[in-house]
Amino acid sequence: MTYLAKPKFRHPALEKNALGFTHRDYEGSISTLCAGCGHDSISAALIHAFFELNIEPHRVAKMSGIGCSSKTPDYFLGQSHGLNSVHGRMPSVLTGANLANRNLIYLGVSGDGDSASIGLGQFVHCVRRGVNMVYITENNGVYGLTKGQFSATADRDSKSKAGGINKDSPIDLVSMALMAGATFVGRSFSGDKHQVVPLIKAAISHNGPAFIDIISPCVAFNNHPGSTKSFDFVREHNSAVNALDYIEPRAEITTEYKPGEVIDVEQHDGSIIRLRKIHADYDPTDRVAAMNYLQARHADGELVTGLLYVDPNPRDMHAALRTVDAPLNTLQAKELCPGSARLQEINADYR
Amino acid sequence: MKPISATNDFVIKFANVNGSGSASANELFARAILRMGVPIATRNIFPSNIQGLPTWYEVRVSGEGWLGRRGGCDLMVPMNPQTWDKDVASIDPGGYLFYDSSKPVPPSKFRDDITIIGVPLTQMCNERYDNPRDRQLLKNMIYVGALGELLGIEHSEIETLIGEQYKGKDRLIKPNIEASALGRDYVREHHKSICALKVKRSNKVGDRIFIDGNDAAALGAVYGGATVLAWYPITPSTSMAEAFAAHCNKLRVDPETKKNRFAIVQAEDELSAIGVVIGANWNGARAFTATSGPGISLMQEFLGFAYFAEVPAVVFDIQRGGPSTGMPTRTQQSDLLICAYASHGDTKHIMIFPEDPGEAFEMGADAFDLAERLQTPIFVMLDLDIGMNDWLCAPFKWNDKRQYDRGKLMTYEELEAGKEFYRYLDVDKDAITYRTLPGAHPTRGAYFTRGSSRNRYAKYSEEGADYVENMQRLLRKLETAKKYLPKPVIRQAKQATRHGAIYFGSSSAPMAEALAALETQGIHLDTLRLRAFPFADEVIEFINAHDQVFLVEQNRDAQMRTLLVNEGAIDPARFISILHYDGTPITARYITDEISQRLSSYGKAALQRLSK
Repeated sequence: MTYLAKPKFRHPALEKNALGFTHRDYEGSISTLCAGCGHDSISAALIHAFFELNIEPHRVAKMSGIGCSSKTPDYFLGQSHGLNSVHGRMPSVLTGANLANRNLIYLGVSGDGDSASIGLGQFVHCVRRGVNMVYITENNGVYGLTKGQFSATADRDSKSKAGGINKDSPIDLVSMALMAGATFVGRSFSGDKHQVVPLIKAAISHNGPAFIDIISPCVAFNNHPGSTKSFDFVREHNSAVNALDYIEPRAEITTEYKPGEVIDVEQHDGSIIRLRKIHADYDPTDRVAAMNYLQARHADGELVTGLLYVDPNPRDMHAALRTVDAPLNTLQAKELCPGSARLQEINADYR
Repeated sequence: MKPISATNDFVIKFANVNGSGSASANELFARAILRMGVPIATRNIFPSNIQGLPTWYEVRVSGEGWLGRRGGCDLMVPMNPQTWDKDVASIDPGGYLFYDSSKPVPPSKFRDDITIIGVPLTQMCNERYDNPRDRQLLKNMIYVGALGELLGIEHSEIETLIGEQYKGKDRLIKPNIEASALGRDYVREHHKSICALKVKRSNKVGDRIFIDGNDAAALGAVYGGATVLAWYPITPSTSMAEAFAAHCNKLRVDPETKKNRFAIVQAEDELSAIGVVIGANWNGARAFTATSGPGISLMQEFLGFAYFAEVPAVVFDIQRGGPSTGMPTRTQQSDLLICAYASHGDTKHIMIFPEDPGEAFEMGADAFDLAERLQTPIFVMLDLDIGMNDWLCAPFKWNDKRQYDRGKLMTYEELEAGKEFYRYLDVDKDAITYRTLPGAHPTRGAYFTRGSSRNRYAKYSEEGADYVENMQRLLRKLETAKKYLPKPVIRQAKQATRHGAIYFGSSSAPMAEALAALETQGIHLDTLRLRAFPFADEVIEFINAHDQVFLVEQNRDAQMRTLLVNEGAIDPARFISILHYDGTPITARYITDEISQRLSSYGKAALQRLSK
């Protein structure tokens, strides 16, 4: 029903956040994706997360590439500036935008087509540079917008809707992110709101490259038997290592846990990620163990979800570049232009 | 054969093995001449290699002040046995050969029509110095001293320069001064008066500076307010990026916090580099990249994005020999078509053409104003000749009252006051629309930037009418652009003529000399130096006002001619192309010879017509 405009009516009793905004203030246009698309659930989760975090929408820059997932920024945060780049190249544009103004929140939405093939290089390099951003791949194992070709994350021997069988080894973006030095790595499933929302909230508060791979079934082209990214398959093979609560800065912690049951990771803004262990041995602060765990579980056919890795002391790109605190796009000629007197001195060096 | 006799007017060429320390010695030699107030034009011909292959350094001494390559060679210093034959063959008849006479060389390796000057450099060096690395470096300094004595260069200038070069490494000063004296003394004793090429002190240099184009452009970027550089290393643009970093480290560090008012990212490839530039400019920071032909090829898609979505960007293209990997260390004006029409579909981009480091500084700074005013990529078209050679130019100037032109950026105050904003609405009827920056206002001003088609309100649209309107406005925007771009430089000949000549970029210096030479032959040409694309109306008018126009360019396919024919709807027959594209910078002699030959092929009648 996307030809109908969204009604502007708001219920007077709609819940407001600390800024006085309702959920509606974080929405965008009506989605033009297929009914039942996993991506729409992720968009809803993003709206929820930004609303609950009391973030002013105009302080967010939402950027994406090309593909069904890359269309989604249109469907949330209508008051934020958005940019759809060319295919696979959102990371470089986002990096540039971040350099220009370190004080905005950067959300990069991409897909497995956009980030695991053409965009694989930019994905890895933006992570290794330590760009402070939330990087979400809405991972459905196919190229949806071009009607169902395998993507690079499709599992070996999985079947396409047209009956083809994928012979290539899959790329695991979570493992790539870990190897590239991402300081926050999670995986989830679009149907699991209770996992997705706190992961997103924690990622937004994280001061480094925060990568979340969200399996998001494509109802049109990859939701059939033989797919490893269908609703059924994911539900059957989902193996969460932890359950995540996001605790706002200075919030009162109401639930107590027995020692060893939870790990609290404090972020630089004072918020706390509380991880209740589901898998007793899983330590999300050990990058190498995380990589091994993922490889081993994948070999067994399990889909590992949860907050897989977090570095409590991330360092971002601006710290590495030692840029001034003031955003570069606010600097004026008096701070940028050395002036004519200095130029005369420079001339003298060249005589 | 009478030996060439000239004062302050000759070409000396050094042939060395690269990576041997010759570059700094040769440059010191050249600077000594400069310090005597005599203009020089130096050119490096270096290999695509780090160590061990041939490299040449040409020093043209020109009291008259010609700054292009003349062509030919009066004094050759062949220090590389590998290229000996070629080097000796390249000396003009009557010229001089200065060589290392430590080992005997068979007479067949010389020529009868040149003067041979032998100095036993290796022998002198080995007698005096023990350390092999010292020997290599100090041998170069021996020949600097020797050549200086032959040519009448004031030895004190050589010593001063040695002191400056090794400042901070003082223990090297004495051995280098001593080595140069060794060479000088040998010539005094054995080769007095053999060389009739002389340098005589003059005041022609004035207060001019000696700088390469990449360094100048980088300084221009600093003065022009650039805060973000994203780049990928490629010859010959790497030194521009490095120069920007060096200048920023001196000029752009906050004195209190010691933090950087700039950000430089070495991207993983050129696609990422231009992506970062676009993202930074989209978000209000002046950003640029520096690259060469292969990088421009890679950037095509993003350039089309910036064109269609109207995002500012500045690209310095230091052109080199193409196509493909081409000749990485050779110059060419090779990328005109690919920059003018970058990306698939109907696009057209702005190029500006500096002629030397002086314009590289000015246009380098102006490019950022242009990019933001016109909301589109700006190509600053340099080449290896300008970028990586030192040129004499007027000292750089800056007007402290100058404000940066940020273009049509709608502010918080304007949005708050209710000023209507739609990203692609042509409110001023000059085809340039307003933009806002992310974060500008809580509830107003947000929009989507996309490479796909849209209506004037920045809403996604597949309507034909919306698309056509958008495409038409982009064409009109380029018409508007013409008034902001550098104007062509037009010069009328001393006598009325129906012939003209057009040139641009690094062809300018040798062109000036060629025109003077042609004049003495009775050939007069009106000239136009191109400085921007799209072409000003004056360019088309100039062509239409002449029967035929010589068009000098340094590429195979006369790319500028293609652009002029295309954009000006001009009959190709009007142009006589003078093309030089072997990777070396075009010379005055070549231009002069080509033009006079083409004209003489018309016969006397044509020449008479010319002089009307």
